[in-house]
Amino acid sequence: MVHWSAEEKQLIASVWGKVSVEECGAEALARLLIVYPWTQRFFDNFGNLSSPTAIIGNPKVRAHGKKVLTSFGEAIKNLDNLKGTYSKLSELHCEKLHVDPENFRLLGDILVIVLATHFGKDFTPACQATWQKLVGLVAHALAHKYH
Amino acid sequence: VLTAEDKKLIQQTWGKLGGAEEEIGAEALWRMFHSYPPTKTYFPHFDLSQGSDQIRGHGKKVVAALGNAIKNLDNLSQALSELSNLHAYNLRVDPPGFSLQFLSQCLQVTLATRLGKEYSPEVHSAVDKFMSAVAAVLAEKYR
Repeated sequence: MVHWSAEEKQLIASVWGKVSVEECGAEALARLLIVYPWTQRFFDNFGNLSSPTAIIGNPKVRAHGKKVLTSFGEAIKNLDNLKGTYSKLSELHCEKLHVDPENFRLLGDILVIVLATHFGKDFTPACQATWQKLVGLVAHALAHKYH
Repeated sequence: VLTAEDKKLIQQTWGKLGGAEEEIGAEALWRMFHSYPPTKTYFPHFDLSQGSDQIRGHGKKVVAALGNAIKNLDNLSQALSELSNLHAYNLRVDPPGFSLQFLSQCLQVTLATRLGKEYSPEVHSAVDKFMSAVAAVLAEKYR
């Protein structure tokens, strides 16, 4: 059972309350495809991913980014049961999508950097530590049903 | 592979730090110790409290080394040669592929909090590639 202190829950909630799920999601996914280009392998049917500009402007990237981060929001509502929350998605990513779980870790780290660009100094070391813990656990939960 | 454009972006970004390099080094280390507690195992001899002289001193060293690497992007292997020896034979930090990624993440977060939107996807990509290249050079002599 993962333990979340009151401070950690506060740090998560206060950041999440100010996040635009659509903007941050789109940005995080775009950065994943730009910074780690091999991740584009999962998005062959997304159309034009030929340059950072193309990726950032791609409507499918934006839409999918929003989907991913919306799911993150579900995790935040269920911090005490991340594995349960992500059980179906884990099976999906393994059986249908065939995504190496390493990619979840990469996306998590990128999300933390995106938050840092938005929150500046308010994204304190304590805040970062809490969010690194969260993205790590989400990645772990998403990998949990792999076989 | 670092493209010419990557190198330009890295140098430009470093140029924007305007003398705050020491602070940035100390902050990156502090964030690393906070987010990844196992990294503290390499510093049992340090005072690891916030703002400690040793963290500041070490942060300054790390950033100076990175600054030197940035001046020698066309020959990282040579520029980092001594540090490569040090990490392989003396420090023996868990192979850089693994541990330096934590420093890379925390340095990038530090830069991102200061540069905001200027830490664009292109800059992010260039810096990430640079840190990977540094880690690779530091790991060259491990075995």
